[in-house]
Amino acid sequence: MHKALGARLIPFSGWEMPVEYSGIAKEHTAVRTAAGLFDVSHMGEFEIRGREALNLIQFVTTNDARRLIDGQAQYSAMAYPHGTVVDDLLIYRHRADHFMLVVNAANIRKDFEWIASHNRCDATIDDISDDVTLLALQGPKAIEILQTLTNVRLSEIEYYHFVAGKVLDVDAILSRTGYTGEDGFELYFSQKHSEPVWNGILQAGSPYGLLPAGLGARNTLRLEARMLLYGNDMDGTTTLLEAGLGSIVKFEKEEFIGRDALLKQRQEGVKRRLVGFEMVGREIARDHYPVFLDGQEAGHVTSGAPSITLKKNIGLAYLPAERAAIGIRFHVLVRSKMSEAKAVRTPFYKRTGGSV
Amino acid sequence: MSPDDLLYTKEHEWLRIADNGGTVGITDHAQKELGDIVYVELPKTGTKFNSGETFGSVESVKAVSELYIPVSGEVIEVNEDLGSAPENINEDPYGTGWMIRIRLLNKSETEDLMSAEEYDEYTSEGK
Repeated sequence: MHKALGARLIPFSGWEMPVEYSGIAKEHTAVRTAAGLFDVSHMGEFEIRGREALNLIQFVTTNDARRLIDGQAQYSAMAYPHGTVVDDLLIYRHRADHFMLVVNAANIRKDFEWIASHNRCDATIDDISDDVTLLALQGPKAIEILQTLTNVRLSEIEYYHFVAGKVLDVDAILSRTGYTGEDGFELYFSQKHSEPVWNGILQAGSPYGLLPAGLGARNTLRLEARMLLYGNDMDGTTTLLEAGLGSIVKFEKEEFIGRDALLKQRQEGVKRRLVGFEMVGREIARDHYPVFLDGQEAGHVTSGAPSITLKKNIGLAYLPAERAAIGIRFHVLVRSKMSEAKAVRTPFYKRTGGSV
Repeated sequence: MSPDDLLYTKEHEWLRIADNGGTVGITDHAQKELGDIVYVELPKTGTKFNSGETFGSVESVKAVSELYIPVSGEVIEVNEDLGSAPENINEDPYGTGWMIRIRLLNKSETEDLMSAEEYDEYTSEGK
């Protein structure tokens, strides 16, 4: 269906994924000013059920899932015993004994095995990734567009909450979440209905300026909002605290994997920290370009791209913690040219107004 | 499909010969592959390049690509408008999206370049 829209496809974790339809800049701007529709079905979904479901989730994740109520979602992560990151994920609580975990596509197998290997009680874990379509409708017009297709009163769904309802007469989970820095919804439903729902939303949204959007715009949008990408900005070699994700590590809850190492790191202080930067000149820092501080190689750009909204070139990089302050100047080796960058406050972009 | 008054390289640059000079840009195929172009780095006038050398780079939102000079030449003019309007390369790659004008240093090198027909066949092979 995406090819029919002129999409440029790339292989990604075994999926043929659309990078762009009408152009990354146009799609990006549509999401910031109107709306964009993303097919992110490559993401993985696990269902965890049973009396021990919450205990298992509490043990393998770092945030406190006990705080969730039915119909609420939470951004969380799984850590290795030494504190580095297995994956970041969303946890949805349907009921006290029924949760859904949404994980990164490239990590589905690894995550499933990781969780299963720590299932000391007898929670049921099902990988439903292949059965689930995930569409993200994002942007200031998302709520108006979706409201034309559902009886669910969308304005009553708070940020990071969800309800089960119908969209275009298809059973779906309507979740007020996203990865763009805009208001919007993520819709989970059976993959049998992928095409009619995708086409129906596009049709309903076209008077509002809705465009189909690909992975290219998804990346530039999430970077502006400083939403991290597993595999780039954090991975099995960096800790949640170094990545600036201390807010999803809840030391005061019960025991969880990685707690001791992360607590030790918090007490001793991190040695490096992920900072946002903008380029001083017109050079564009891209993923993996080396970073130099005082003439010494100090790391690399974990994510870098032109910011379409801000008309600046932005990125994220790890710097030694004692130097990782707003305003500090360093260099990025842009091919053969040492190019100046300065650390800035993040998120680079924050939406204004709106109720969420 | 490609304009038949131009010559082409395997790296997707075009060369328009007029009198003793030549104009260089990238092809429609190349701009489509790159997507939205946001920045172009071009050389100063007076710089000399040997055939196939890098004379600059073009950056789109998603990627960067080197620019290779189709034939040996000395840069006699640079399209300064691209500094503020790099999108001209997307919108009009054979017109306002031109990059540099050169004085050809060895005219016989043009024989190594592709015709429009050859270039279209080359790109249809998925290159």
